[in-house]
Amino acid sequence: MAEAAGEVRLIGAWPSPYVLRPRVALNLKGVEYEFLEVTFGEKSELLLRSNPVYKKIPVLLHHDKPVCESMIIVEYVDGAWANSGHAILPADPYERALHRFWAVYIDDKWFPSMVGIGKAETEEAKAESAEQARAGLKLLEEAFEKLSKGKAFFGGDTIGYVDIALGAHLGWAKVIEQMTGLKLFDEEKTPLLAVWAERFCNHEAAKEVMPETEKLMEYAKIRLGK
Amino acid sequence: MAAVSATTGEVKLLGLWRSPYVTRVGIALNLKKVGYEFVQEEVQGQKSEILLKSNPVYKKIPVLIHQGKPVCESAIIVEYIDEIWTSEPPILPSHPFDRAVARFWVTYIDDKLLALVRTLVFGATEGTSKAEVADGGAEAFQLLEEAFAKCSHGKEYFGGDTIGYLDIALGCWLGWIKAVEDVSNIKFLDEKKVPLLVGWAERFLQNEAVKGTMLEADEYVQRVKNLSASAR
Repeated sequence: MAEAAGEVRLIGAWPSPYVLRPRVALNLKGVEYEFLEVTFGEKSELLLRSNPVYKKIPVLLHHDKPVCESMIIVEYVDGAWANSGHAILPADPYERALHRFWAVYIDDKWFPSMVGIGKAETEEAKAESAEQARAGLKLLEEAFEKLSKGKAFFGGDTIGYVDIALGAHLGWAKVIEQMTGLKLFDEEKTPLLAVWAERFCNHEAAKEVMPETEKLMEYAKIRLGK
Repeated sequence: MAAVSATTGEVKLLGLWRSPYVTRVGIALNLKKVGYEFVQEEVQGQKSEILLKSNPVYKKIPVLIHQGKPVCESAIIVEYIDEIWTSEPPILPSHPFDRAVARFWVTYIDDKLLALVRTLVFGATEGTSKAEVADGGAEAFQLLEEAFAKCSHGKEYFGGDTIGYLDIALGCWLGWIKAVEDVSNIKFLDEKKVPLLVGWAERFLQNEAVKGTMLEADEYVQRVKNLSASAR
């Protein structure tokens, strides 16, 4: 907490899992920041100036210099505040490569299957997407076993890179579970992840910024109603 | 390449040089003067035991196997190489902000270039014209030209005096880009529009570390022609 809060600003919106990621990272490092909330979909002047290429949130502004793309921001926070809190990425290069691999998997493969559940128009399509999502979670369960080495998080004793990548999606995962009646983080099929999910949501770095399921459900209904 | 910091057999690269992603890894290993065994993988048809075992999730090349442990995804492998073999030159920039900028542009390149090359090779999907695709490509190269101006600080590469992470991520595409330019008659590396990139591309392709990691120019052209013909 060696800088004035105004030096670190985060442009984002509360429903976005991608915005959640840098917030958890900044909390883990004990960094004070100004949250510049935008209405989802609205492109403010500042956003367009700071992320002209993609025009998307989140954007971290550190001494007015923009950093874009959620996991790139997380890694930036880990490097810029290397002497605060715990390391987010592990020290060992091979483990770092594994953390990065699974974060990419979560975004490139697993998340699309979750989106597929939401977009599915038939019960059949929904069930198929849910199967894909669960198959992905099985892989992540194995990854958890390997990376956690019996400890609480993918990062070991503390929240790490993959915890942030996957944990950010828990809010919407719960909404999908409630809206479809389908269980994704299943205690029988992926017991380690089921316990990890609760643990992540209750962690002090995530608790305050994780959107409440009811609020997200409301929001989803409004968005879907459009 | 003579092995300096790895005993032979310790480092294996599974791949095919026609893949720009495999090229990336080859360049990174060369920059660090790491000796390695190249294992050619035929990815059409039956995939090898070792590939399926080392990359069960994606079953794709490249895979780097170091001391028996597999590392997958080209950009991740390049970072791994930089972190294990810490000799000069560094591949990633040292400052966290510069690293974030480099990683951002690598993400952008991975988003845009594969789609661009694919569309020009296999034909545009319904609803888009070749002209639109060409414009999209020109825009991407314009942004990369500006990125080069910012990142290079007047030096020869995105990484400064030596080839860095972003040079590798973009440079690996030059064979395919030049080939589609040739076959589609569209110029992306246009001296009038992106002079800095044109100069950079020449230097990149001549760089010692790039030798042996790419096919000959006419091999890419032939591939583009074959793929385009098979798509009809």
